[in-house]
Amino acid sequence: MSEAVLKSGSNLERVFAAGHFAVTSELGPPKSADLAIIDKKADYLRGQVDAVNLTDNQTAIVRISSIAAARLLLDRGIEPVIQMTCRDRNRLAQQADILGAYVLGVRNIVCLSGDHQCFGNHPTAKHVFDIDSVQLIKAVKDMRDDGVFMNGDEIRNTKKSDVIAPKMFIGGAANPFGDPFEFRVIRLAKKVAAGVDFIQTQCIYDMDRFERWMVAVRERGLHKKVQIMAGLTPLKSSRMTQYMASNVAGISVPDYYLERMAAAEDGAAEGIQICVEQIKRLRQIEGVSGIHLMAIEWESRVPEILERAGLLPRPVIEVDEEQAPVDNETV
Amino acid sequence: MIVAQRKPMDEIRGFLDRYSRVLVLGCGGCVTVCNAGGEREVGTLVSVLKLSGISEVEQGTIERQCDAEFFEEIRALGESCEAILSMACGAGVQMAARIFPDKPVFPGLNTQGMALNEGAGEWTEACLGCGDCKLGIFGGVCPMTQCSKSLCNGPCGGSENGKCEVDPETVECGWQKIYDRLARIGRLDVLETVEEPRDWSKTHDGRPRHIIRQDLAEEGFSSNE
Repeated sequence: MSEAVLKSGSNLERVFAAGHFAVTSELGPPKSADLAIIDKKADYLRGQVDAVNLTDNQTAIVRISSIAAARLLLDRGIEPVIQMTCRDRNRLAQQADILGAYVLGVRNIVCLSGDHQCFGNHPTAKHVFDIDSVQLIKAVKDMRDDGVFMNGDEIRNTKKSDVIAPKMFIGGAANPFGDPFEFRVIRLAKKVAAGVDFIQTQCIYDMDRFERWMVAVRERGLHKKVQIMAGLTPLKSSRMTQYMASNVAGISVPDYYLERMAAAEDGAAEGIQICVEQIKRLRQIEGVSGIHLMAIEWESRVPEILERAGLLPRPVIEVDEEQAPVDNETV
Repeated sequence: MIVAQRKPMDEIRGFLDRYSRVLVLGCGGCVTVCNAGGEREVGTLVSVLKLSGISEVEQGTIERQCDAEFFEEIRALGESCEAILSMACGAGVQMAARIFPDKPVFPGLNTQGMALNEGAGEWTEACLGCGDCKLGIFGGVCPMTQCSKSLCNGPCGGSENGKCEVDPETVECGWQKIYDRLARIGRLDVLETVEEPRDWSKTHDGRPRHIIRQDLAEEGFSSNE
């Protein structure tokens, strides 16, 4: 049985390759050196999802680094996806960290612009943005597929050494709710052209607008070139719903959810019910090949949501050595 | 034009605490146009400094502080003072420090950069002087200055209703402007291209920039025929 060779061999890539509807979740590393928090969140997520994103100084607040946290997840039996922003490091540091993450066992990366530092706890910091998220996607792809750094040099230790390149499954973000709406699909097409393998969207509440965006995605055939994972953040309370609706740029919450959350006796239960309904609807949309469940400081409820949405147990895909990524040929 | 704003009085007063005779030096260039460091603003500041207790405050305004040749007329006055407060942009302050190598020279303004005048008392930053102008690609709207993250491949997720997430009340999304402009001139197609990483060596990241125009250098500055 000869199947296509995998690009990275990550569990997430194998789940997609086997034709499953994939599920990722997210773990925000702690704002202190408290390992117990990672242990606790890892316990909630182990075995429940195909891979877990580690945020990279999320909302521009200093946290344990995504790569260090990724290694901790590997030790705890969870496949990590590192997020990497362009806000905090230049191309040298980014490529060095990609090499470092790879040798630590990381096989998935999501390339992001990064929240502006004005939202975080170091608003006087200098941001970097040496490259942007599209350029980062292309850099990771060129490292993987061509075995070269951004400057064109081969990824080898000396001229006589073999090319040993980091082979990552490459993700990106898309926000169907940002403006200009027409540009959102163009931007996705650019990420596809740059080499992205999967997309995790901004969290979706406005299902109608998301479906309109997916129509435009399908018109360009992009859903056949990239795995699109619909982003979801379960609502915990009416107050959180109001906050998301009015305070978070690029997120819109339709009135029907605001009203349901306001009327609910048990806001958390209603939020989870809405999330489960959303997942069921999203699974019907052509071109949506997975979900990315961002349960912010609510990792404990992830298993329940996935159970009720019929997404458990997760598939176990055996590693097929014949599908393992091959080393770049040395010229 | 280079736009600048006067520093807070406390900071200026702090610079001058230990001196009893100072020169407040205005500039007739950009900072006169933006009403920050010209003759009129120098006059106002001198009055305030005198009231604050500095015994002798001299004043002068030259045509441009970024050119050494204009300093001749105030050189003697400057030499007679203990310190100089330059009301020029950062370039002018540095030229003043060169002209008076033995005197403390302080900046009276915070330089904000190259900006567009939007009407009375209002300016928008418009050029970083990046040394590699891409305005031809982006429809005449600069992503370096108009986007809070200087992104070159389109807007981040924080663009909403034409506003930037950094401050939706006051900051416009540069990429909305680029999109609208390219739509008007029928060139949205250029947005499909993945823009390559920038060559930052052409900016200050390369080295402190030093521009030599060989043709002018050989002729000398005096040849105007």
